[in-house]
Amino acid sequence: MATKGETVETFDAEAVNSKVARNLYEARKKVFPKRAYGTFRSLKWWVMGITLGIYYLTPWLRWDRGEFAPDQAVLIDLANRRFYFFFIEIWPQEFYYVAGLLVMAGIGLFLITSTIGRAWCGYACPQTVWVDLFLVVERFFEGDRNARIKLDKADWTREKIFKRVAKHAVWLLIAFSTGGAWIFYFADAPTLLVNFWTLKAPFVAYATVAVLTFMTYTFGGFMREQVCTYMCPWPRIQAAMLDEDSLTVTYNDWRGEPRNRHAKRAIAAGNIVGDCVDCNACVAVCPMGIDIRDGQQLECITCALCIDACNGVMKKLGREKGLISYATLRDYNANLDLATGGTGKAEDINPISTINIKAMAAARAEKTPEAENDNELPVAPSQVAHTTWRSLARPRTIMYSSVLAVIGFALLTVLVTRSRLEINVIQDRNPMFVKLSDGSIRNGYEIKVLNMIAKPRRFNIKVEGLPGAEISFEESTEKFGDAFNIDVAPDQVQAKKIYISVPKDQIKQSHSQFRLLVHEIDGDEKSEYVAKFHAP
Amino acid sequence: MSNNEKKIDEISGVETTGHEWDGITELNNPLPRWWLWTMYATIVFSIGYMIYYPAIPLINEATPGISGETNRSVFMKEMAAAKAAKAGLIKKIEDSTVEEISGDSDLRRFAISGGRSLFKVNCVQCHGSGAQGSPGFPNLNDDDWLWGGDLDSIYLTIAHGARYPHSEETRSSEMPAFGKDELLEKDQIADIAEHVLKISGFEYDVSKEARGAPLFAENCAACHGADGKGDSEFGAPNLADALWLYAGTRQDIIAQINSPKHGEMPAWKARLGDASVKQLAVYVHSLGGGK
Ligand code: SF4
Ligand code: SF4
Repeated sequence: MATKGETVETFDAEAVNSKVARNLYEARKKVFPKRAYGTFRSLKWWVMGITLGIYYLTPWLRWDRGEFAPDQAVLIDLANRRFYFFFIEIWPQEFYYVAGLLVMAGIGLFLITSTIGRAWCGYACPQTVWVDLFLVVERFFEGDRNARIKLDKADWTREKIFKRVAKHAVWLLIAFSTGGAWIFYFADAPTLLVNFWTLKAPFVAYATVAVLTFMTYTFGGFMREQVCTYMCPWPRIQAAMLDEDSLTVTYNDWRGEPRNRHAKRAIAAGNIVGDCVDCNACVAVCPMGIDIRDGQQLECITCALCIDACNGVMKKLGREKGLISYATLRDYNANLDLATGGTGKAEDINPISTINIKAMAAARAEKTPEAENDNELPVAPSQVAHTTWRSLARPRTIMYSSVLAVIGFALLTVLVTRSRLEINVIQDRNPMFVKLSDGSIRNGYEIKVLNMIAKPRRFNIKVEGLPGAEISFEESTEKFGDAFNIDVAPDQVQAKKIYISVPKDQIKQSHSQFRLLVHEIDGDEKSEYVAKFHAP
Repeated sequence: MSNNEKKIDEISGVETTGHEWDGITELNNPLPRWWLWTMYATIVFSIGYMIYYPAIPLINEATPGISGETNRSVFMKEMAAAKAAKAGLIKKIEDSTVEEISGDSDLRRFAISGGRSLFKVNCVQCHGSGAQGSPGFPNLNDDDWLWGGDLDSIYLTIAHGARYPHSEETRSSEMPAFGKDELLEKDQIADIAEHVLKISGFEYDVSKEARGAPLFAENCAACHGADGKGDSEFGAPNLADALWLYAGTRQDIIAQINSPKHGEMPAWKARLGDASVKQLAVYVHSLGGGK
């Protein structure tokens, strides 16, 4: 009776980037990843769609802010130094929000990495997403892995030229629209689009598009896995954050080894057999050109495509899924100890594999000689540790989550309660004070009132805590009492030079402090500045 | 050591350069290709650069290059462009009175920033970098003006100077040296000084002041005014306020009546041109004491 195993396709795939296959001073060997099918591949299609969608569409979202502010939902207005994000508007001096977000991103990275490993690399990193997209194009024109390998080796025929030209043309188109989308974050998108094509956009826009087009084309089309392995610092940083409870893509050798392409024959000969049929499906799909069965490696971006590939094989063979799976190092070690009787050495593995368990059971039932061989399973399969989502909740991740929540909450609180009115004062230092003909002392101040909302507002500015103080302006020596009004345009800073003088008999000390109060006239927003008054 | 056969390092299988130090041999690994190509690219670039820009030094000058552009020519071009950009505003300033300039907010802003930099170059030597002056050199921030503090007066003072021998239009009134030229007796001078102390609000000798008051009315009031408040027509300082060009002590006042010191200010119109003087006037007026 032929088992299902005979129908599994075996790949002549070499893990070109595995440690053993790689030499220093060697040109890159091309990787031809095969299309994978399965849960994680589907998940990746979704992530790809969503991330690309966000990237390309965000600049086109509109958000009404009234007549005095741009209506683009997300806009980094470098020229006017404003950053708009839906209902939030950030001024340059509020950049600490961005710093706060970066801190959150950092802790978020700790959290994600310590729980689900290099998920960023495997699913969401632009490099991964765009390489995936480029591979879709490549497959469309040149076919899947074997066809591509063949085409690569083939002589230059008209067909090959056509396929190559078409592929590169589409790649360039993708690269161009990638670079093109970027600039829309920095200016009003519809206007810029028109200006771009009518050659009226600023030079920097074209330069940015050119550079990003070039980078997308080379990174996605040619450099691919080398970017992750050689250029990117992320993998190395992330490696430092993994611990033995982090999920990583793991080849469960305690179940798969010894691998064997001809399991039936081997069992008949009384050999121990693991679940791995050495079909190389996992190697064929790997975009990084490595063999996950060599253990965890720097190159592995945990895209989980090898899990899909192997699960497919296991399903065909009627064996349990998860020979390659997301597992924690702790569970893996426990299982390896079970399978090796505690030595942890690969050569001692008595696999807790579907096929082995079946063979043992059959042998025991038939009392065949194999049963006398002490090829007994060391443990009951129920002892096998299965990594579940429960490994995600542990002190470290809970701590990260709470820190994240606290910072997020603090940022949000500051954001919703922040003042949209500010006053800054720069005092004249040369001279520090001026004596006037009536003996009174005058100080000069450059005040700046920041109206941080998109509405024109009028404010009253008042000197408080400086007895006898009178305000005058640049234009004349006329005095205006201790308060005046100032109009500030929407979303603008209004600067004004003011002079404050105090009569001789009111001057008690050479340095005194007072407050400049500013309050909104048709509203109740307030702010103040503590300033100094100098006298001889 | 030279021989022509290739030496291969046993461990790495890479050809060596034949250089060896204490048993350590240097491997002849190829340069990274990207690096090599970058170098070739820079060579190609440099050829183009040498053709386009002045590059190769000859005996008197360098090869001109097809662009003929040098750092200096670029600088000159930028300066000319900046000048051209300002030309409209400068013209407008020339055609307007200082009052008109000060009343037009754009022109005023331009004049103040221009005036500020002109001041830094031409005026700070005497008036100080903050226009705060020093004894003998008036503080321009305060509200006390020898020759008048409204825009027009400030403009005239800057344009023609004060007691400037090289200008015909300069104002040159001087205070007589009452003591040195023996116009008054020493005692009389001391008496007048007591009167000046009185009108300035200082302590004074009552009996001397009684004698000094009529003397003041007779000799000084013509320029300084009966109340001693000065007259900018003659550059006669206000003696009744808290500010002194030199110093306000009894001794200084006596010295000044005896043999007065006189400041001198150059006329700037001929040197800087009318537009610059107007900008300076608007700037000085904006320092807080302008009338
Ligand atoms: S691990 Fe799975 S996919 Fe890889 S060779 Fe073994 S059976 Fe095939
Ligand atoms: S080994 Fe598996 S998870 Fe890692 S990069 Fe390759 S296919 Fe992805």
